[in-house]
Amino acid sequence: IHHIVQNGGLYKKPFNEAFEETPMLVAVLTYVGYGVLTLFGYLRDFLRQWKIEKCQNATEREEQKDFVPLYQDFENFYNRNLYMRIRDSWNRPICSVPGAKVDMMERVSHDYNWTFTYTGRVIKDVINMGSYNYLGFAQNSGACQEAAAEVLSRYGAGVCSTRQEMGNLDKHEELEKLVARFLGVESAMAYGMGFATNSMNIPALVNKGCLILSDELNHASLVLGARLSGATIRVFKHNNMQSLEKLLRDAIVHGQPRTRRPWKKILILVEGIYSMEGSIVRLPEVIALKKKYKSYLYLDEAHSIGALGPSGRGVVEYFGLNPEDVDVMMGTFTKSFGAAGGYIGGKKELIDYLRIHSHSAVYATSLSPPVVQQIITSMKCIMGEDGSSIGKTCVQQLAENTRYFRRRLKEMGFIIYGNEDSPVVPLMLYMPAKIGAFGREMLKRNIGVVVVGFPATPIIESRARFCLSAAHTKEILDTALKEISEVGDLLQVKYSRHRLVPLLDRPFDETTYEETED
Amino acid sequence: SFQEKEELIEEWQPEPLVPPVSKDHPALNYNIVSGPPTHKITVNGKECINFASFNFLGLLDNEKVKNAAQASLKKYGVGTCGPRGFYGTFDVHLELEERLAKFMRTEEAIIYSYGFATIASAIPAYSKRGDIVFVDEAACFAIQKGLQASRSNIKLFKHNDMTHLERLLKEQETEDQKNPRKARVTRRFIVVEGLYMNTGDICPLPELIKLKYKYKVRIFLEESLSFGVLGEHGRGITEHFGVNIDDIDLISANMENSLASIGGFCCGRSFVIDHQRLNSLKCFNTLVLVSVLFNLRLQKCKAGTRSEDCLFYLDVFQTLQEKCKRIHRALQGISGLKVVGESFSPALHLQLEESRGSRESDVKLLKRVVDYCMNNGIALTQARYLEKEEKCLPPPSIRVVITVEQTEQELDKAASLIKEAAQSLLN
Repeated sequence: IHHIVQNGGLYKKPFNEAFEETPMLVAVLTYVGYGVLTLFGYLRDFLRQWKIEKCQNATEREEQKDFVPLYQDFENFYNRNLYMRIRDSWNRPICSVPGAKVDMMERVSHDYNWTFTYTGRVIKDVINMGSYNYLGFAQNSGACQEAAAEVLSRYGAGVCSTRQEMGNLDKHEELEKLVARFLGVESAMAYGMGFATNSMNIPALVNKGCLILSDELNHASLVLGARLSGATIRVFKHNNMQSLEKLLRDAIVHGQPRTRRPWKKILILVEGIYSMEGSIVRLPEVIALKKKYKSYLYLDEAHSIGALGPSGRGVVEYFGLNPEDVDVMMGTFTKSFGAAGGYIGGKKELIDYLRIHSHSAVYATSLSPPVVQQIITSMKCIMGEDGSSIGKTCVQQLAENTRYFRRRLKEMGFIIYGNEDSPVVPLMLYMPAKIGAFGREMLKRNIGVVVVGFPATPIIESRARFCLSAAHTKEILDTALKEISEVGDLLQVKYSRHRLVPLLDRPFDETTYEETED
Repeated sequence: SFQEKEELIEEWQPEPLVPPVSKDHPALNYNIVSGPPTHKITVNGKECINFASFNFLGLLDNEKVKNAAQASLKKYGVGTCGPRGFYGTFDVHLELEERLAKFMRTEEAIIYSYGFATIASAIPAYSKRGDIVFVDEAACFAIQKGLQASRSNIKLFKHNDMTHLERLLKEQETEDQKNPRKARVTRRFIVVEGLYMNTGDICPLPELIKLKYKYKVRIFLEESLSFGVLGEHGRGITEHFGVNIDDIDLISANMENSLASIGGFCCGRSFVIDHQRLNSLKCFNTLVLVSVLFNLRLQKCKAGTRSEDCLFYLDVFQTLQEKCKRIHRALQGISGLKVVGESFSPALHLQLEESRGSRESDVKLLKRVVDYCMNNGIALTQARYLEKEEKCLPPPSIRVVITVEQTEQELDKAASLIKEAAQSLLN
């Protein structure tokens, strides 16, 4: 049932990843559901155009009515007619620290989600299964907060200058040395925003004449960085090593598309944990391929740093590999460290080059001092350097929670995607109506979940995504599981027939790549 | 054949991932600031007066601001652990957006967690492939990146040259008449900055508005430097010129200059701003640091004088402008250096009057001037650019930043020190 991949001894422990196939009946019903919604959408647009129904969204100014319209009507079709109906599942405001339990502001809508009003009441102690709080560092008391408060009173809250000008504080130097030690690389550099780290540094590393091979399901920041760099982008199937190898061979043998000249560099972009699928990258195979074909690897550990590995050092430690094999290790501090920002780690030459040529170092403000202190304290805690074993317990607790939660959900009969060890758990819903219903029913039972649909996922594969945290105790998980089971029965989302498709049997068809050249 | 392929794969040698950099590249060794980058700053071990951080209103060190930030830190912790859509929206974010919108007298505002990302993701949310954007040559790098991400047609016009812009607009009009169907769906935008970071002068907003209505183009205004500096209440260049704020389609500013914190915001009519909530790339990401961001602003709201919708103390702007004018006057007439920027701009540039041949030698010379000043107690910095990536690279210069906290003696000292340095090193 679960396919265990032992690829010539590359994997030191079983790699259990499974994606159950969509049941045929469910797929058909989902398409029917979307069809009905689209028809209704057209009907409502027609009514709005002929003023039979009131038009609720904001309109252009009178003086500017004869300008070229700012938005094409069709672009917003999805937004107006489908997204609006279930808009209350997103952007839910909270008013406490985003820990295991959170206080949410109650909001109601009297006009079918076009506008919201806040009743002023606060829903207390909602179990938070949506925040990226993997190691439980989102706290408003304790060592991290105290250290950050002290730095805040000493340094102030902002920096008002860029890294290269007057914004490089001694705190930043301390942070970078610590990050390099944590990852096991020669040196590291920290930036103000995780998304911006990707979109500003990939263009500094590759340019026209280079090739980027990126995974199908890469995050928007990687895609934007790749586009901005001007290199040719080719996409390989998600986590599929045969596809990647075929692309590598073709690229080296055939060279650049029109001129047939050899490529200057080949960069492989992968992520540690993919946040929508819950799958973990097949790092040992990727590194073997990279070495064989002499290309470079850029690993984005946004979700996996702190969450995987026996001591929280990320996906490289999880597989027991050498961090020096990965050319560029990138990650964010937002998820496991409870702070904000991103980092890039690697060899000293790489980091020196980035210090000079990274867009962020020259034009963007550096990290704020209290944030830096929060990262330093939490990182020391994870490494065990602050003298306590809180870090170790958190990492172990997270691993236990992950295994327990996934096992129980599978037993209940839900379709769960992804790897057994990933703390990101997507639960498939498929039908558009169930997206909204799931979110609302769970909130009624005092559990906050995240539901995602198109365009973040393929159109029929909408899902609810749970993010586990070391702060969740077993009681909290049990409560949550009980409620999830209840709602699952109510909405009939327990689709699993326990027939899992073994991984290597997924049909591998000819990889047709589209070249995107800007 | 298979054999040949194997051979090709064996032979291929890629370039190294990064080219080697020389150890004494000017941008490699950063200045290390120990302690807070406030008015008195310790750079590389030397105590100096800070003339390099964009802390225009001195809010970096303000006690009330820090106390409010502490209170919020105790309540919310440091990070938000999630993007706006997934339990990352705090009540304080909503309050901040409301206050900003009220202060700027627009319908709505939206905040971002990174200043650079604000304009760089606002532009691609509206302007797509096939649209036309007219942008000033001296636009800052963030705008250039936003334009690159949007894949639109970009037409540069000479800095602050309205006749050139009008000529470009006329050419576009004649193009349109040849193909009216396409013209009806091509959106047009003008992107300008209120106070230009690269040249220190302001854009002629009233003329731009006339052009807007004549040629039916939308205006995006980037007010990073002018927010909190220009205008009677600090509302920026629209207040400075007395222009109706609804005439500007989108105002974007970053909060890292006068507001001394992190992040940025966009404000405008709901019709325009609402689109960004779903479609903007970087707003969708983790919104950071509730304590820092918000409380800075909340505090200023409380500190504002009489009316509710004032954010700052009223007389702080006049003080700032007087200081700017003073130093602008004092820096005139230095042999070898010329002052670039308006007299009321708090961020000036000092460029070499004549170049010494190559950019490298100019940069080295300016570095010596900067070092001389730093050794004598005035912290300055060179304006940094990415030389290969900028569309129109400005000449090397020294950045002089004026803040409210600098006293008159310090201003005079800075001016005389720069004069000395110029005389001894540049002649």
